[in-house]
Amino acid sequence: MRPRGSLLKQVIRQRELFFMVIPVMIYVFIFSYLPLRGWLMAFQFFRPGRDVQEWAGLHHFRFLFTDPVFFRVMRNTLGMSIINLVLGFSCAIFLALMINEIRRRLFKRVVQTISYLPHFLSWVIASAMVADFLASGGILNRILMALGFISEPNIFMANADYFWWIIGWSNIWKSVGWNTIIYLAAISSIDPELYESAELDGAGRFARMWHITLPGIKSTILVLVILQIGWILNAGFEMQFLLSNDLTISTAETIDVFVIRYGIAQRNFSLGTAMGMFKTVVSIILLTGANLFAKRFAKEGLM
Amino acid sequence: MKTKTADRIFFTFNTIFMLFIVVVMLYPFVNTLAISFNNATDSLKGGITVWPRMFTTSNYKTVFENPLLLTAFRNSVLRTVISTAGGLLVCSMAAYVVSRKEFVFRKIVTVYFIMTMYVSAGLIPTFFLFRDLNLLNTFYVFWVPGLFGAFNVIVIRTFMQGLPDSLVEAARIDGAGEFRTFLQVVLPVCKPVLATVGLWIAVGNWNDWVTNNFFASNRSELTTLQYELMKQLASAMAQMSNQQAGFFAQQGQAAFQNITPIAIRSTITIVAAVPILCVYPFLQKYFVKGVHVGSVKG
Repeated sequence: MRPRGSLLKQVIRQRELFFMVIPVMIYVFIFSYLPLRGWLMAFQFFRPGRDVQEWAGLHHFRFLFTDPVFFRVMRNTLGMSIINLVLGFSCAIFLALMINEIRRRLFKRVVQTISYLPHFLSWVIASAMVADFLASGGILNRILMALGFISEPNIFMANADYFWWIIGWSNIWKSVGWNTIIYLAAISSIDPELYESAELDGAGRFARMWHITLPGIKSTILVLVILQIGWILNAGFEMQFLLSNDLTISTAETIDVFVIRYGIAQRNFSLGTAMGMFKTVVSIILLTGANLFAKRFAKEGLM
Repeated sequence: MKTKTADRIFFTFNTIFMLFIVVVMLYPFVNTLAISFNNATDSLKGGITVWPRMFTTSNYKTVFENPLLLTAFRNSVLRTVISTAGGLLVCSMAAYVVSRKEFVFRKIVTVYFIMTMYVSAGLIPTFFLFRDLNLLNTFYVFWVPGLFGAFNVIVIRTFMQGLPDSLVEAARIDGAGEFRTFLQVVLPVCKPVLATVGLWIAVGNWNDWVTNNFFASNRSELTTLQYELMKQLASAMAQMSNQQAGFFAQQGQAAFQNITPIAIRSTITIVAAVPILCVYPFLQKYFVKGVHVGSVKG
């Protein structure tokens, strides 16, 4: 539009905007970009308080990638992520379809509001509630005993085999209601005439769900799935950190828990940083890919 | 006629299913509420479900007379208020600048902000940054590092871009500078989006225990409600794995204490959850709006 030479003039004319944004940019630099300097620790034998750090090259990465603990941690992270992905999407879509079928508006609103409740509770509160629910005197054991499935209480929280599923279902409990919002919005934008003509053609309720509602929100689902795959290394760490104990750590330890246990608790800062750096770098690659893919898809699709 | 019957069966089934969902969502909360109003020693026997067996308000008395928990409550409130006010100011100011179409570096600055959503240095580098800035174990660590949020900026910016251009132009003709235009003309009409983002920041701060646990755990006067709760949960977990290993002594010990972990934990849980539960049903539409804006952005 304007010749290049006037850039300086423009900057001077817009100085007020710069006065507003530069402090924020400096702030962002300090708190978001400056910490990246700490990645150097991954290439050092870092000890706080030393003036000159000893270089380690790729030592910590080599150690990580040959350590069986790393593979266990990756397995746990991916395992819990995949459970979250599959359970999370199918439950949220199913619940949205069912909520959509409720006729009485007040009942619908009440159900929706109550289903959002766990979303607003902190992970600490959610974890405490899960622990109580699964406790030896908790409601699940009492129900199972009353129904005769078990004769004595099962200590769920002490069994490593259950841990992934406890996290998976806890995540469903906490987020399924909230996740229906987006599907319900997508469903409400489907042309009602489609339903009317299908009904005239004699399509039943389930046929309409299957042939109109689901295809109508297909692109929304796909975009969300693609984006979620980008976050696959983020299996969450708060619940795993709060609910794991010595008996379950073998299946509870995700990348983030590893960083805390080795990096912070055992003060092996370099190893912890190497692990954190690995996670961020792989995540950036996955997220960039997922974003490009989702955008391309969103353009072609209905969104 | 046949479809009518099929419909009725479906609606009955759906209503039962929804009631099941409602029970599942509410039960843990109601259970915690019942335990918080039940006699602490009695709760140890277990078996409290939706109604207290031996009603008492003494757990609440214990919690509200405990100076540490009062400090925790005060800190939680204080950090939430400061973070929300400060966060809204910082985010909306950044959003205003990148929403101005004529701003020469709009693209670059936007990318500079968005990048922060993807690049995170991680816990350990953050720890050392806070140490170098002398933020560790000070109240500042609760609000100073978290004022900026790229997603919040994008959401506010998107809203501002939807405002009519004439708004800013009219202010310009009146001779208002950028800062005055932002503060007196644009911000007042941004109330809906500021409510949305403000609620996110407030809930996030109120629910945060990570900051306290990793960056401010050395000074007991810097505790927050969620952190106190986390400590209770951690000791319950440790107790459980000890019991499994055969240290039953611990359980007997707990019975001698005037207040037992489960009772106090439930009471703090209720105290920490109630403010949010009082607010969210009425402000739902603001929360929900954010979900849509976020999804459009992709």
